[in-house]
Amino acid sequence: MGFLDIKNATKSYGAVKVLHETDISIEEGEFLVLVGPSGCGKSTLLNMIAGLENITTGDIAIKGRSMNGVRPADRNIAMVFQSYALYPNMNVGQNIVFGLEMHGVPKPERDKAMKEVAELLQIEHLLDRKPGQLSGGQRQRVAMGRALVRDPDVFLFDEPLSNLDAKLRVDMRTEIKKLHQKLKTTIVYVTHDQIEALTLSTRIAVMYGGHVQQLGTPKEIYDNPANMFVAGFMGSPSMNLFPATIAVENGRAVARTKLVGGAEATLPFAEGRGFERHEGRDIVLGLRPEAITDRDGADRNSQSVHVVEAHVEVTEPAGSDTFVVTQMGGKEVTGRFRADVDVQAGQSFPFAINMDKAVVFDPETEARIS
Amino acid sequence: MTQIAPDVREVSARPQNAGRDWLREALPKIVLSPSLAMVLIFVYGFIIFTFYLSFTDSRILPSYGWEGWSNYSKLFRIRAWDTAVSNLLIFGSLYIVICCALGLALAILLDQKIRAEGFIRTVYLYPMALSFIVTGTAWKWFLDPGIGLQAVVRSWGWESFTFDWIKDGDMAIYTIVIAAVWQTSGFVMAMFLAGLRGIDNEVLKAAQIDGASNWALYRRIVIPQLRPAFMSAFVVLAHMAIKSYDLVIALTGGGPGTATELPATFMYSYTFTRNQMGIGAASATIMLMAIAAIMVPYIYSELREKK
Amino acid sequence: MSSNATATVVRTGAGSRFVIYTLLILFCLYYLLPLYVMVVNSLKPLSEIQAGGMMSLPEEWTVAPWASAWSTAQIGVEATGLKPFFWNSIVMVVPAVAISTVLGALNGYVLTKWRFRGDTIIFGLLLFGCFIPFQMVLIPMARMLGIVGLAGTVPGLIFVHLVYGIGFSTLYFRNYYQQFPTELVRAAMIDGAGFFTIFRRIMLPSSGPIAVVCVIWQFTNIWNDFLFGASFSDFDSQPMTVALNNLVQSSTGVKEYNVHFAGAIMAALPTLLVYIVAGRYFVRGLMAGSVKG
Repeated sequence: MGFLDIKNATKSYGAVKVLHETDISIEEGEFLVLVGPSGCGKSTLLNMIAGLENITTGDIAIKGRSMNGVRPADRNIAMVFQSYALYPNMNVGQNIVFGLEMHGVPKPERDKAMKEVAELLQIEHLLDRKPGQLSGGQRQRVAMGRALVRDPDVFLFDEPLSNLDAKLRVDMRTEIKKLHQKLKTTIVYVTHDQIEALTLSTRIAVMYGGHVQQLGTPKEIYDNPANMFVAGFMGSPSMNLFPATIAVENGRAVARTKLVGGAEATLPFAEGRGFERHEGRDIVLGLRPEAITDRDGADRNSQSVHVVEAHVEVTEPAGSDTFVVTQMGGKEVTGRFRADVDVQAGQSFPFAINMDKAVVFDPETEARIS
Repeated sequence: MTQIAPDVREVSARPQNAGRDWLREALPKIVLSPSLAMVLIFVYGFIIFTFYLSFTDSRILPSYGWEGWSNYSKLFRIRAWDTAVSNLLIFGSLYIVICCALGLALAILLDQKIRAEGFIRTVYLYPMALSFIVTGTAWKWFLDPGIGLQAVVRSWGWESFTFDWIKDGDMAIYTIVIAAVWQTSGFVMAMFLAGLRGIDNEVLKAAQIDGASNWALYRRIVIPQLRPAFMSAFVVLAHMAIKSYDLVIALTGGGPGTATELPATFMYSYTFTRNQMGIGAASATIMLMAIAAIMVPYIYSELREKK
Repeated sequence: MSSNATATVVRTGAGSRFVIYTLLILFCLYYLLPLYVMVVNSLKPLSEIQAGGMMSLPEEWTVAPWASAWSTAQIGVEATGLKPFFWNSIVMVVPAVAISTVLGALNGYVLTKWRFRGDTIIFGLLLFGCFIPFQMVLIPMARMLGIVGLAGTVPGLIFVHLVYGIGFSTLYFRNYYQQFPTELVRAAMIDGAGFFTIFRRIMLPSSGPIAVVCVIWQFTNIWNDFLFGASFSDFDSQPMTVALNNLVQSSTGVKEYNVHFAGAIMAALPTLLVYIVAGRYFVRGLMAGSVKG
């Protein structure tokens, strides 16, 4: 039994099931990120943990105590909202301690807690201001302060950074991570931003269509996506997915795919992946952009870098890297080249493909083949 | 759909707190219930009561002898009801058409970056703040041939000038239209102005670049987008026309004779002065049907959109 | 009303601008004319009006018509002036407005933030109640007021206005609270606030604008009502509008037009004042009453 247990939880509105049977268990101090596109059920699940939405079937327990029928105020949780949800008529200090006041904490203790939290978040100078007078980043801090002061069992974050501009978002992301490392709190965090998910979490639940598609550490999710949805959703630019066929050459499994102009590329898999048994099978090959690069940029530790001459369709210099687009198996494929490589659209150019990192999916079920 | 109440219907509440939980659950409904009860009794209960009375032999007091449809058949044979209904058709259609036309025209004029727009808007709208009794009193004497407009113009030297509609059985209904338009057209203007302000200026710029004249711009692009404002204006005006009572009482008292009788005044006089309560109830029922035919689809569509 | 939204980008030439301004000014005159007639004629002796001078300024200025309308004019059978009826209206309006606004605020809060199955239907029922022809309830209401002993009294009128005012005040607050961020309510729930605490501490402090709109709407509507006043009041409990109508329609003696105009202005003054002081809220109220949702 974990610290927070979601057991077989579902949610339906009438006949519409918005969350299918979900099982997640996390330990104390974990940082779980629920990530997925809008409408995937992640916010519903968070609201169910908070008690803001009832649970249709199943159970949610915190510290082994079932939360069904327990009202939000009695769950010992705190929540940070996307809009920050600061009470507009109260000043920052009153906002922070409102929850303590509602729980009957005497004023001297409230003031003490407020000071501590304000110091932690460096918002002491804002305590007398109204939320309307604060910048987005300051509001964000106050909203976190309001959650921290409660010293809850679980923190819930509902897309807390999505209203901030790009730079501030990165800063606050770091701040949240630091805070988590310092306070060792248990956090459930909802976002649609896969970078936030990868950077912040100790574990990620990727959700889509009301189902948890994959639950795992950021590395597991990134390197071994469970299916094509997870592969395409996590990582930016997203993983290249293109059709190929498995063949066996000299006792070693290879993936065969068509290049522009009809030539065929043969890409040997690393030894010991065991794909030989799938000889002749049509697959979808998944390669991250960083696994497709220029010859000298290729990973020197890799066992199976294979160079293919391919036709360059577009180049997109992005400062630190240049993204180079070609086609494989009739799909656009993006490689991440070093910025100083002289590559022009229209020419044929050697692409170094790191097959150590290749993942293979079934085109029908979209699930990964191992 | 905002479903935020922590609803515990589907899961078992912890027994030790069952009472408190029940109260917490029911509190919103308890708070709403007095209002709901009042409306159910005093609106819907009373509607049913009056509807029932329209089938009875009630005269000066409610009485419960069942008479079937006879009040309705009597009602349709009463000449004053005929007059009231045809007056309502004349008054209602002129009132709606003139208010909309005038309101739209004024709104478009006022939308041309006018200096002192706020002041002009205030002037156009203030009649809406007045009671129909005040409006009726002002126009009653202003239109009175003995002292009002006719007398004034004659005193200026145009001896043959005649404007005595308010005393003329055939024309008096139009004086009601004049006063009612005066009172409401500014409000319709405000509705259209709000509609105009809601139109995306970029669309207009695009049309200008396409070479549309101002006339074409309004006819082809702006006015078609004001459909919701037209709908709202129609519903509000139609509803006000059917309910019109005070203005007639203050302006003409329903006269001369019964020349400006409307269903609302007819109902009142048959019920409370002529002691024909059954017929009065029947006429009220018909008014309700007319308003329901306009309001129910409107309210229904408004509530559906919100979901 | 979106008075601060930008005006159209349509451009107009100097010639058409002249026409536009002329038209706008002419219509200003049209709307102001009856007010002008009321004011000038309330300040002149009756003889000047009878001589066909309705449009001219008074030759002899006098406040006698005002004094007469206020305290001595014949209303119905007694020469009381409008004064007692003005107070009747005040005594009737204040509690009716206050109670219907408070109930409307609570209803709007429940209907938007504590939704339950069937709440839309309940709101629809409340809303339709605003628009029924009141002729449909006159007979049973007169009976009921008689039975409970409120017939012909000011409290009876207060009750009637309260009952038929709730729909509109609920409409205003519901539409306003619908825009109110639900996340704030959720945050307060997690913080441990209950139903009434959230209403008092979170919703009410932000409800000023809509409360003003609602109060203005209810005040104007109830003050200007004639039908209920005429149906359910006795001579002693008549509201201002009914008394004014009795003053104007009384058939005995000479028609004192100047007194009628003075009385009409008195009846109009409170709502006009509200309109001038809080015009933009007034307009917002009118709009919300028509453009629902």
